[in-house]
Amino acid sequence: MITFDSVTKRYPDGTVAVDRLSLEAPTGEITVLVGPSGCGKTTSLRMINRMIDASEGRILLDGVPVQGIDPPTLRRGIGYVIQQAGLFPHRKIVDNIATVPYLLGWDKKKARARAMELLERVGLDPALAGRYPFQLSGGQQQRVGVARALAADPPVLLMDEPFSAVDPIVRTSLQDELLRLQAELNKTIVFVTHDIDEAIKLGDRVAVLRVGGTLAQLADPKTLLSEPADDFVREFLGHDRGIRRLQFISTEGLRLRTDLTVEEGAERGTSEPWLLVVSGDGRPVGWVSGARPGELEPYGTFVYGRDSMRSALDAALLSPSGCSVAVDEQGKVVGVATREALDQALAEAADG
Amino acid sequence: MGWLTAFFSWLGEFFGNPENWSGPDGIPMRLLEHLEFSALALALAALIAVPLGLLIGHTGRGEVLVVVSANLARALPTLGLLVMFVLLLGAASIWPVIIPLVLLSVPPILVNTYEGIRGVDPELRDAAYGMGLRGPQVLLRVLVPVALPLILLGCRLSAIQVVATTTVAAYTGLGGLGRYVIDGFATKDYASVVGGSVLIVLFALVVQTLFTLAQRVTVSPGVSQRLKVR
Repeated sequence: MITFDSVTKRYPDGTVAVDRLSLEAPTGEITVLVGPSGCGKTTSLRMINRMIDASEGRILLDGVPVQGIDPPTLRRGIGYVIQQAGLFPHRKIVDNIATVPYLLGWDKKKARARAMELLERVGLDPALAGRYPFQLSGGQQQRVGVARALAADPPVLLMDEPFSAVDPIVRTSLQDELLRLQAELNKTIVFVTHDIDEAIKLGDRVAVLRVGGTLAQLADPKTLLSEPADDFVREFLGHDRGIRRLQFISTEGLRLRTDLTVEEGAERGTSEPWLLVVSGDGRPVGWVSGARPGELEPYGTFVYGRDSMRSALDAALLSPSGCSVAVDEQGKVVGVATREALDQALAEAADG
Repeated sequence: MGWLTAFFSWLGEFFGNPENWSGPDGIPMRLLEHLEFSALALALAALIAVPLGLLIGHTGRGEVLVVVSANLARALPTLGLLVMFVLLLGAASIWPVIIPLVLLSVPPILVNTYEGIRGVDPELRDAAYGMGLRGPQVLLRVLVPVALPLILLGCRLSAIQVVATTTVAAYTGLGGLGRYVIDGFATKDYASVVGGSVLIVLFALVVQTLFTLAQRVTVSPGVSQRLKVR
């Protein structure tokens, strides 16, 4: 656990970057620090591994004040990932990843073996091991940055806007990868971002900071969206926080109808206005309406039980039928969520 | 085309003369002297300028020294400096010549080493400290390898300058390839002037090539980005 105990950072010119910040980052969880520029989120993060020293207050790592630990020793025990990856350009990927093991005096063979293991763990081709950083894409470099931070298996990981310099598609895959890794590794992660969506997606707990370095709210993402502490937090969350809350509501309890599907080429003797045409192997093909039986209309799907209500609603809005198609992990149709079913689920969500 | 014919006949005369290939006045001896003076001056200059440039670049302290040396290098007349030292110290040893040669070749190395270290991406420096490297480790394991192309460039510029200036130093009575040029002019022996000049040019080219090779060997392909992106 990382504890901020009334921590202040004041610069010689009098600027206060962080103002009496107290919060806890629990063991095995992702705590996200989020806020506009000038809110002291990066400064707070960098005070944990003493890249910056706090002016007042204490930062405790499992109860031990970091201020008492020699900075290089402290840093070797804490994984650190930064925005541009910051890989050493003159070293091959495998040696970049093994940086901290080398520093800790590991045997070269063991350090390299560990690096190769991590390369695969972060989803990279082992063939990249012998390349240099400039030969990798931004997203690949960032994965190497994560692997490097994990190399000596530190219990704590600090991530300073690690995904903000890559394009949105790569960013999404890096975020998913981090969540997958975290499910395996259970590190204590402090993650800094200015992107509230990223904070809500990744955080077990989200700390919203305001300019001047004070804590506005610390809560789990769902609570943050439903009960923002004040106008600042409400504004920072953006105007569609109601919709975004839906991503924390599971589709597990959603009532599905199984009588609205028809196999491709089969007779359509029914009074229903819309029917879902399903292929021979159970995959959705399109909606067909009673008014225009010859034409297939577009459909939207969500994975039943895994995806959130937000996805289910989104899928419904993609189709003129107003219904969304529930599929299993293999993409086979398990049923149809009608407007009535969605409406009922939304009413329950609005009740909290 | 008369001048070209004359040029080649002088060359033939100079290199064809067996007397020019032996004794203290012979080409091998002069070449060795030239190499000796240049190498000594360059080695001393590098010994002073590289550590100083690394230290100033890494700590950010003493930057004024770099600026002063860069300006001095531009302001000081080479020949004047040589003559001054010879007049002050006499011509009994090689030092009155070596000292100004060293002084002249310190600035390019110092400035480029300093710039090389300073110019390393601050994010990279930050990452190095963040991984837990200590100050000297950051300098030697990260900053130096990344700044190496510039450091070597400084050394190469100085080397070329030293080779050229050593030629001029013959004016003060020093040996080396410059003797052929200076003495040739004095005795109107143009074969010697032309032959000496060609030797000096070849010498400078060899030095350039050596530095290029050294760069190939010592600079990481990750820094020079010589490898193709596969």
